[in-house]
Amino acid sequence: MIALSDFLILGAILFCLSVAGIFLNRKNIIVLLMSIELMLLAVNMNFVAFSHYWGNNAGQVFVFFILTVAAAEAAIGLAILVVLFRNKRTINVEDLDSLKG
Amino acid sequence: MEQILFYIFATMVVISATMVITVRNPVRAVLFLVLTFFSSSAIWLLLEAEFLAIVLVLVYVGAVMVLFLFVVMMLDINIARLREGFTRYLPIGAVVVVMMAVMLGMLVGPEYFGLDKFEDPASQAADYNNTRELGLVLYTVYVYPFEIAAVILLVAIVAAISLTLRRRPQTKYQDPDQQIAVKRSDRVRLVKMDAEKKK
Repeated sequence: MIALSDFLILGAILFCLSVAGIFLNRKNIIVLLMSIELMLLAVNMNFVAFSHYWGNNAGQVFVFFILTVAAAEAAIGLAILVVLFRNKRTINVEDLDSLKG
Repeated sequence: MEQILFYIFATMVVISATMVITVRNPVRAVLFLVLTFFSSSAIWLLLEAEFLAIVLVLVYVGAVMVLFLFVVMMLDINIARLREGFTRYLPIGAVVVVMMAVMLGMLVGPEYFGLDKFEDPASQAADYNNTRELGLVLYTVYVYPFEIAAVILLVAIVAAISLTLRRRPQTKYQDPDQQIAVKRSDRVRLVKMDAEKKK
């Protein structure tokens, strides 16, 4: 018997790890993107767990849409990354200051 | 049995997610991310979300992670410079994250979501088809969000291609349209010449 809280705690740990990834790898855009993917996975884990324990399909449909949006986001993000590298020869966040924000 | 499987896969998820954010080489980070997705799809199988578990492997591992690998290997990155500040931010990052984990754990822990609050639902019958159940609601109740998702994917394709498309006018390439449309008279010229030597 696995409790709902086990799945929720796993999702929470995954989310915290991805926040840690954003903290630690703040120079590397690729690892930042991967941390965002991990965050989405943690959220999806919660959705699937609730959908199972409540006996309702809506959570799984929501995960389906989150996966779609995440795939689109990864594709566009990586495309921007490739164009960025082609123009500036770097993906270091510190070098990307031409907007002087 | 299910509990043992859950703890095995949960440990794999946590360990590989930790490796994703700590390994030096981005290629290895992507491979550990693949491992994370595989083990979480196993956990989703334990939750009887079969369709989503397979979609996670097919779409995420098969498409998105391969895209990541492609980009990581294509770019020639200076890893050492990108790792600067890793140890500097490690203490404060660890403190913030541990505090966050403890607070989240208090919130979603067994006190509110334990077995006495949400009891484990009975397993579905053997002829239960998760894909069919999802499809039934996806194409009826959620048909408009479904179409919007399709449009989002189309926008993503167009955006990704138009962002990375690079026109190089100096390169020479073949134009099949012109090649097909060519006529004999364009290429072959018959020249009438007199013989050199006179008889």
